[in-house]
Amino acid sequence: MTTISPPTRAQRSHRLPGSRIAYAYVAPFFAVFLAFSIYPWLDTAWVSLHEVRLSTYDQSTWLGLGNYVNLFSNPFFWNAFRNTVTIGVISTVPQLCMALGIAHLLNYRLRGRTFFRVAILMPYATSLAAATVIFLELFDSKLGLVNWALHLVHLPAVDWQGSRWPAQIAVSTIVTWRWTGYNALIYLAGMQSIDTELYDAALVDGANRWQQFRHVTLPGLRPTILFTIVVSTIGAAQLFGEPLLYHNGMPDGGTQGQYQTLGLLMYQQGWTNDRLGLASATAWTMFLVIVVAVLVNTTLARRRDRQGTLSSLAPKVRL
Amino acid sequence: MRRTPSRRRTTATSMAALTAGALILAGCSSSSGGGTTSSSATSDGPCGTKAATTLTVGLFGTFGFKENGLWDAYKKVCPNITVQEDVVEQSADYWTRLKTRLASGTGLDDVQAIEIGFVADVVQNHANQFVNWNSVPNAAADKAEFFPWKWGQASNAEGSVTVGLGTDIGPEAICYRKDLLAAAGLPSDPATLATKWSTWEDFIAFGKQYEASATKPKDSRFVDSAASIFSTAVYQGTEAYADASGKTDVANSDGVKSAWGYATQAAAAKVTAGLQQFSPPWNKAFSSGSFATIACPTWMMGYIQGQAGPTYAGKWAIAPVLPGGATNWGGSWLGVPKAAKNQAAAVALVQWLSAKDQQVTMWTSAKQGGHFPSNSHAAADSSVASATSAYFDNAPVGTLFGAIAGKMKVPPIGLYDTQIQNALTTQLTNVETKGTAPDKAFADALAAIKQVTG
Repeated sequence: MTTISPPTRAQRSHRLPGSRIAYAYVAPFFAVFLAFSIYPWLDTAWVSLHEVRLSTYDQSTWLGLGNYVNLFSNPFFWNAFRNTVTIGVISTVPQLCMALGIAHLLNYRLRGRTFFRVAILMPYATSLAAATVIFLELFDSKLGLVNWALHLVHLPAVDWQGSRWPAQIAVSTIVTWRWTGYNALIYLAGMQSIDTELYDAALVDGANRWQQFRHVTLPGLRPTILFTIVVSTIGAAQLFGEPLLYHNGMPDGGTQGQYQTLGLLMYQQGWTNDRLGLASATAWTMFLVIVVAVLVNTTLARRRDRQGTLSSLAPKVRL
Repeated sequence: MRRTPSRRRTTATSMAALTAGALILAGCSSSSGGGTTSSSATSDGPCGTKAATTLTVGLFGTFGFKENGLWDAYKKVCPNITVQEDVVEQSADYWTRLKTRLASGTGLDDVQAIEIGFVADVVQNHANQFVNWNSVPNAAADKAEFFPWKWGQASNAEGSVTVGLGTDIGPEAICYRKDLLAAAGLPSDPATLATKWSTWEDFIAFGKQYEASATKPKDSRFVDSAASIFSTAVYQGTEAYADASGKTDVANSDGVKSAWGYATQAAAAKVTAGLQQFSPPWNKAFSSGSFATIACPTWMMGYIQGQAGPTYAGKWAIAPVLPGGATNWGGSWLGVPKAAKNQAAAVALVQWLSAKDQQVTMWTSAKQGGHFPSNSHAAADSSVASATSAYFDNAPVGTLFGAIAGKMKVPPIGLYDTQIQNALTTQLTNVETKGTAPDKAFADALAAIKQVTG
């Protein structure tokens, strides 16, 4: 950790013209950010306080917090909220664990290591629509490969579309398949930045591979893990494309809403049901939910970090 | 603070689309083709203008104008006019885009198609943004040519405002797999079936015979879905999803009540295949033989041919009957936004497209069939009546659907017919495939409908 001493008065006055140019350089980004992030963000908040339909956009009526009251007493909202949490957990947890394992393996000197490193990123590069169509075929209740395999081992066929848990597992499988490689690469980059001397020292102390992984790799990766947890939490809370395509592009998340996420509910309210006010209220609620979820996750991860015995070895990367 | 990278592009895009709201979208969607003329003069001849002009026509799905050569034909009538299609695949997406453009008043095409699913909304909320067909030149002559109910659906209650001229209508019959009925040892000729399928009770009873047959293919069911029965029977009531004033009314609708009864009876009798209409498994079933019959508006003929393919030519046939009485499913209009750059030329094009000769071509063309004329003069034309369909075992589709079109009963349409029907048929799928109790399913559907109507 280095500290930068504050510039002296003379240095500061010298730097001023340069920093003006710097403002000019970053201005385009902030102009776009203002137009496409801040303005819609505030406009959505304003719309969420009204009863608005796109068809009668100029005739909105003031509701105050009416849309939010409606939302919190709305079984469709709580169903979507529960689904978002459960799908988030059953997709993110195995995904990150597997990514960690894969990264650990890829960190060894393997033959064709570059090939494997590129290969695990392929799902990420694949079009979501194409991938979901393939998964739909795999999870087809009548002719799908998964049920065929279950049949081979004398297990009963599962309704991967209609039943709540199987459908959520199927959707989570698509998410996991798609993002495991991406997270593995991030972990791999983190692992490569861990000082090899630590491994050598551990080896001298008689640590085996598993002990090295637990006591050197994991602590060294804590900041990276924290980062992936935050990003995955945001991704899981916004989950949209997979469950949408899993029901042939319909935003109802199955005939009983068995895998309707908050993202889908918002889309359905806004575009299918033409209730922009309610959809905006959902959007803002989602935003707050994400903020809370990220804070909770970060706090938990930080607390564990503090308890970690080797945490002082981890490079301090701040998010 | 490091910015987190954007992970899920689809999510990010759609989030942005929603949060950006209508204004941003409208700003991005201007794609109207450039015209070179003003449209105020009335002395510009039959084409609306004498200057070289490109007209943009906003459509959804496959309207068949291009496929049936109508744009080329119009080039011969009006050499100075070039037509450019602006097509959105799904009508729901098209409607969202049209609403956005209407809200902002920009980016509208010279001609905009209007579907039965949202024509009531256009009449109620956007009539002042469209050319009123009661006040164009030849208005009275135009009006006299259409089926009165078709004209009425695109008009306000007083009949003073009409937002579009009709393209096609969807008179309904029953399409069936001749080979499957024959395999089950049941009658399979259209004339006999017409006598056996005159009511929904008879139709379901016939279905039970099919299911009881030992010789039918094992995985085959009698009818594709309870939704097929529901979506047809609901429009046989005096009311479907709206009362005469156009106000949404599901709980008291006689159409909904009887249609729900027939559909759940069919599900309980296990004569339905439990497929969700327009889903990929349903599409596949047209050729796999998972079902033997389907409620069949004229446009469904084109759909069946597209899904089942030439291998099944002659195996599909049409019975000249609709259980419970003649009614309509679907249909569209063409409207001209007042903001259109080339209004007079657009009006002339729509009048030409809706005229008798062109509607006859649309129906009789071998290329893209199934567009039954909404122009009653075209429907009465001898070449329309004499049309047959080789694919459907040489069914006399002209006289068959013409007879149904002539005696159709059409209830009022409302603002949210599409969403309401979708909520009800989704719950019917639960009754069919998951054994949900019909009362519970109906309550769930009403809850979902409440989300739409607010």
